[in-house]
Amino acid sequence: MWIPGASLLTKFLLPSPLLVMANPFTEYYIVETQPGSNSLLIRVVGDGGSISKGKICSLKARAVLIDMEEGVVNEILQGPLRDVFDSKQLITDISGSGNNWAVGHKVFGSRYQEEILEKLRKSAEHCDCLQCFFVIHSMGGGTGSGLGTYLLKVLEDEFPEVYRFVTSVYPSGEDDVITSPYNSILAMKELNEHADCVLPIDNQSLFDIISKIDLVVNSGKLGTTIKPKSLVTSSAGTFKKWQEKPFDAMNNIVANLLLSLTSSARFEGSLNMDLNEISMNLVPFPQLHYLVSSLTPLYTLADVNVPPRRLDQMFSDAFSKDHQLIRADPKHSLYLACALMVRGNVQISDLRRNIERLKPSLQFVSWNQEGWKTSLCSVPPVGHSHSLLALANNTCVKPTFVELRERFLRLYKKKAHLHHYLQIEGMEESCFTEAESSLSALIREYNQLDATKSMPVEDLPRLSVAV
Amino acid sequence: MRIMRGLSLRHLNKTETAGPGAVIPIARAVLVDMEPKVINQTLSKAAQSGRWKYGQHSSFCQKQGSGNNWAYGYSVHGPRHEESIRNLIQKEVEKCDSLSGFFIIMSMAGGTGSGLGAFVTQNLQDQYSNSLKMNQIIWPYGTGEVIVQNYNSILTLSHLYRSSDALLVHENDAVHKICAKLMNIKQISFSDINQVLAHQLGSVFQPTYSAEGSFHYRRNPLGDLMENLVPHPEFKMLGVRNIPQMSENSLAYSTFTWAGLLKHLRQMLISNAKMEEGIDWQIRPPLPGLPSLSKMSLNKELHFNTSIANLLILRGKDVHSADLEGFKDPALYTSWLEPVNAFNVWRTQRAFSKYEKSAALVSNSQFLVKPLDMIVGKAWNMFASKAYVHQYTKFGIEEEDFLDSFALLEQVVASYCTL
Repeated sequence: MWIPGASLLTKFLLPSPLLVMANPFTEYYIVETQPGSNSLLIRVVGDGGSISKGKICSLKARAVLIDMEEGVVNEILQGPLRDVFDSKQLITDISGSGNNWAVGHKVFGSRYQEEILEKLRKSAEHCDCLQCFFVIHSMGGGTGSGLGTYLLKVLEDEFPEVYRFVTSVYPSGEDDVITSPYNSILAMKELNEHADCVLPIDNQSLFDIISKIDLVVNSGKLGTTIKPKSLVTSSAGTFKKWQEKPFDAMNNIVANLLLSLTSSARFEGSLNMDLNEISMNLVPFPQLHYLVSSLTPLYTLADVNVPPRRLDQMFSDAFSKDHQLIRADPKHSLYLACALMVRGNVQISDLRRNIERLKPSLQFVSWNQEGWKTSLCSVPPVGHSHSLLALANNTCVKPTFVELRERFLRLYKKKAHLHHYLQIEGMEESCFTEAESSLSALIREYNQLDATKSMPVEDLPRLSVAV
Repeated sequence: MRIMRGLSLRHLNKTETAGPGAVIPIARAVLVDMEPKVINQTLSKAAQSGRWKYGQHSSFCQKQGSGNNWAYGYSVHGPRHEESIRNLIQKEVEKCDSLSGFFIIMSMAGGTGSGLGAFVTQNLQDQYSNSLKMNQIIWPYGTGEVIVQNYNSILTLSHLYRSSDALLVHENDAVHKICAKLMNIKQISFSDINQVLAHQLGSVFQPTYSAEGSFHYRRNPLGDLMENLVPHPEFKMLGVRNIPQMSENSLAYSTFTWAGLLKHLRQMLISNAKMEEGIDWQIRPPLPGLPSLSKMSLNKELHFNTSIANLLILRGKDVHSADLEGFKDPALYTSWLEPVNAFNVWRTQRAFSKYEKSAALVSNSQFLVKPLDMIVGKAWNMFASKAYVHQYTKFGIEEEDFLDSFALLEQVVASYCTL
């Protein structure tokens, strides 16, 4: 993404046709940097490479768009954000991956490895200080899942010191892609081994958030006019009829997630948090790097007679299931760590007060009873006076993985559709069995932690010293 | 919290305030941080005041922080930037007529202040082995700043104990309470906290008269302070208490006597109160003649705060009339130092800040035993499950290093406990 002084590289992978990610993220980003950005120095990347201060003349996303079929990328290049993307930073093919992880990973992986590396290196060169990569993809298909995870390995080899953050869309139970369990499990193994941090998302949760907003907007209650720019689902000036384009609205939510995640690295605040601190504080063991995210507020009311949502309410909302981007139940599971990234006019005392208030209702693992990581960024998102992103490393992700494994086993037992995969060079049955045991090992680790849940917290005997 | 997020070195012979028309004084300081935002803010804020500023070239900055990782600050940033930082310090040292020592301000909870701070302190010990070093440490809030703060803290403390001469500790929780209760601030910000900290530091290091009398100012406060307060290298932890401390509004309605101020300050010391509100007056020094209550186990509540040494700094009107007998009571002190050596006083008639009369007490006492014990305990529990350890071994801090730190700090706790 574009950052003055350039410390991030973002890559977008478009897994057709599930999610179109690029639009809202960049659009919001432009909105975030434009107003009042007199302190920003924008570097224009063109073929000349010139520097201009003040107003943004031309903005280019530091992104690489990859898709193995052209439809989605073409749509972006014809849309309102066409100037933001550098046409040289695209990699497309024609036929797609046919919802086959093996095609995406093995076939396209090797075919495009050189080209991908070259474009990545080019983007990275423009950065003063490359902090991390964002990989945005889905798990259930072929390209995002296969080629996306192939990329992780490439990034790890080429840029070993740069963190890899992955936003993964997990398939829901009613997914219409039959082979999504295979694709997901094969992708999970790669995420386990090559990602530093994964933010799982499911479409159902995003859809629920949109429905909730819709209810409020259309309830006709007095004083429920929503400020259009404040909607977490819309970047346009008006509240679009989202039923026609639900994916746009859903994508906007994820875009907001990424914006909040990077806000402390982009803007100043009294308690800054860089992206490498997320990994350091939230990942106690290398494998357990799956974080449940929740965003609040989802909208701001425009009516001035209605008092602004109390600050404390925002904190409570962050721990409510309605605001999560994945279906899970953290309150009844075990927290390993939790990060609160606050934006806007909030002070350290507000933060501490709310942590004290919410702590008793949450269960933290015995060795991390005070496992809170906090950050304060002074610049709120557009249309809000403050906002909060909560990232939880919690055993509540286990059911998602267990369900995934069950769906996989149901298919695998019957060897259904397996031949599509095995006919690809480099694929063997062992790929599947290894992927399944990798996932099982992960589930076992979560189980072990859950077993400690109801045990009393005891202090361990300390080192004794001679006085 | 942070005065500087990374760390800052201040040489004690700071330039005096200049009159109108004079050149704006430049702080003899080096600012170091591994990411630019805080330093930029700090530099511009100082310059905006119009009364002083930081040197244009006295800061060292990188783009990417240390990720709250002590190992990264110590093992990666340290060696990588050793030379640049050393050069900056050298330049400042050369400007001094006579170098008394180094004052290093750093926090413990993060990665840069703690890890890089420890590295630089060690470096200073090698480079300037004859100069004194005092580290001002920000003790993090008990909860909720950084998850790995306990690991970072024990690694910092154990390394500093080996390479620094004294550790002046400020606890975020205590300062936060002062802001809430005494200053009556509703929404406490880091700016408020920093203000209290600056006040505490000023109350100690602002000039005072030397022993020769009221016409000479103390030339080497850092050296004198260390000489008075750190008689034994096993005991390096110092804390500051101030009285009075209140908001402007309350000040209008208050009058002070030295007797009243010193009585409260003494009780604050004995009962280990960090501020003048909520003092426990029940706690008394042990009676002479009875077997000493030393050799207390960690489980017993440490009610009475035994001191090794105390330094009282008095500023304001009628400062020579203050009665100091209460602080010379041998019952306050451990048995192996005579009160005449354990207690010292500095004075100046010049009032400090807005207080007509004010006192600061710098003590080497048991005040930090409980917080230290707590940090060591929490870090130990976490270490037992090996949580987060891979983040440190990634950068060369092995389990052995952790164990060494634990051993050293358990020793410090035990030593202070048996005063």
